[in-house]
Amino acid sequence: MATASLDNPTYRRRRRTNAVMMALSVVALGFGLFWLAWILGELLWEAAAAFRPSIFLRMTPPPGSDGGLANAIFGSVLMSGAGTLIGTPIGILAGTYLAEYGQRGWLAPATRFINDVLLSAPSIVIGLFVYSVYVARVHHFSGWAGACALAIIVIPVVVRTTDDMLKLVPNSLREAAVALGCPRWKMITRVSYRAARAGIVTGVLLAVARISGETAPLLFTGLNNQFWSTDMNRPMANLPVVIFQFAMSPYDEWHRLAWGGAALITLLVLGLNIAARSLFARGRN
Amino acid sequence: MSAVLDNTGLATAEPSAVVAFTPRPPVLRNNALMDAVFRNLTRFFAFAVFSLLAAILVSLVVGSMPSIRKFGLGFLASAQWDPVQDNFGALVPIYGTVLTSAIALAIAIPVSLGISVFLTELSPVWLRRPLGTAIEMLAAIPSIIYGMWGLFVFAPVFQDHVQPFLADTVGKVPGLGILFSGPPMGIGMLAAGIILAIMVIPFITAVMRDVFELVPAMLKESAYGLGSTTWEVVRGVVLPYTKVGVIGGVMLGLGRALGETMAVTFVIGNAHDFSASLFMPGNSIASALANEFNEAVGDVYTSALIELGLILFLITTIVLAASKLLLLRLARGEGTRA
Repeated sequence: MATASLDNPTYRRRRRTNAVMMALSVVALGFGLFWLAWILGELLWEAAAAFRPSIFLRMTPPPGSDGGLANAIFGSVLMSGAGTLIGTPIGILAGTYLAEYGQRGWLAPATRFINDVLLSAPSIVIGLFVYSVYVARVHHFSGWAGACALAIIVIPVVVRTTDDMLKLVPNSLREAAVALGCPRWKMITRVSYRAARAGIVTGVLLAVARISGETAPLLFTGLNNQFWSTDMNRPMANLPVVIFQFAMSPYDEWHRLAWGGAALITLLVLGLNIAARSLFARGRN
Repeated sequence: MSAVLDNTGLATAEPSAVVAFTPRPPVLRNNALMDAVFRNLTRFFAFAVFSLLAAILVSLVVGSMPSIRKFGLGFLASAQWDPVQDNFGALVPIYGTVLTSAIALAIAIPVSLGISVFLTELSPVWLRRPLGTAIEMLAAIPSIIYGMWGLFVFAPVFQDHVQPFLADTVGKVPGLGILFSGPPMGIGMLAAGIILAIMVIPFITAVMRDVFELVPAMLKESAYGLGSTTWEVVRGVVLPYTKVGVIGGVMLGLGRALGETMAVTFVIGNAHDFSASLFMPGNSIASALANEFNEAVGDVYTSALIELGLILFLITTIVLAASKLLLLRLARGEGTRA
């Protein structure tokens, strides 16, 4: 009978295979972490050279000269803010239907399915969609069109987290409220929402993180603008598109600004992600 | 009590049922109204989300009508891309999209599997969360950052060190060598594929980790109890149990890779040519859109680009729907097989 000793060739071979495979698994993890470290390290290195107060104070420069990103930052904040404000209520209400009213009927499961597809749908197609239903109709690019495209990206994220978080609320809480004579709308707004608040806020933060770096849908909607503009009905500067344009240009000054903007966005997005995570972890305890 | 509520559903457990014979006090009437309003409001927005997919599809079909009418099905098979003559075909961008995604998956699948195995089977418990979070951060980095980094940092290193090495080794193999021939330019299909791989690793890993954790501990412990090594447990118990979910995760990664725009636009090189070598620049559907849409003049050019978008949307929707169905199947099977 074969025994599990190192003299047994089969056992040795199995141990060896295992050691090789487990080593490969560690290598795979190292492979993943290697890229993260490289990208973040390079970004910080380049940003250290580009980061000056003038980034926040001066406008995007004409080709080949120095300047800042003030109008692009402002435009990004405005469009992302408007996109979040449009998308969040729609997402929360739709998610509420899925979790609270969706036990029966076809609409909830079908919507849940479609929402998951939309969650990973290519964002450039969302840009095309807003272009054809909005920009092509009114014949000009505008900040509102950009905000709409971003809202469409926000919605599936918020629907998904709202649905998931409301489903985590114990049914006994709902039953207790209803047994006390609480009408259903009040039960949802006063009991379910409160119990799931941390999770829902997490979803909104993740959605904001997602849209702050989105470039593709803004190319055909918000476009760009070299000047300070507060008119959401006109083309609007925004960080991602400015980064794209500046990085693709042959000018060193523009490259430096692009790196500064890239670092700004990445820090914001990673910060939001970490904030969302810690909020969610605290909300669950 | 809870059983009654479960059977009838919460909706019917209204206090008004008790006071059916007396006139309702106004506060209850208001509540009934508010209930109807709130319910229908949420239903309306759920329906809006439900119809969004169809709305996108319809608007893209309408937008691409001039091109569909002019080129018909030949659009899919033609490698022409001539804005001057208004003659367009989708074959080159489709080829680029599929090829870069294939390269991405070829790298990302084994790496994601390795990471998931490490995080679920090998890693000490206290390390799981930080390491898992770090890998997920790869998904949080915006795609334009990957593009910039790819163009300015990765491509030069790739050109100076990796491509000559590949050309000297794999490039010398007969048959296979043609894939790795040509001048090392840094940017190109291979570079795009590698950067896509980094971008989809966190998505595939997340799904694999989730489904690996669905495997009942008893099954794994039984295998360990029989003397299996960790690798044998992964191959003989974990992977067969989660096969459907793993494929679902791979499809999710594929869906992501197919539609990825900015990162690819920076590094693929934007050339409307066919080339057998992976070193050569190419074009993907998404990068063609990002580069050319705003400069497109004329109805046919614009609508040809919209048709490209339509093709991309159809492909990704099918892939993502398949992924979702597979994952649902695994979730449904959970508990019945254990």
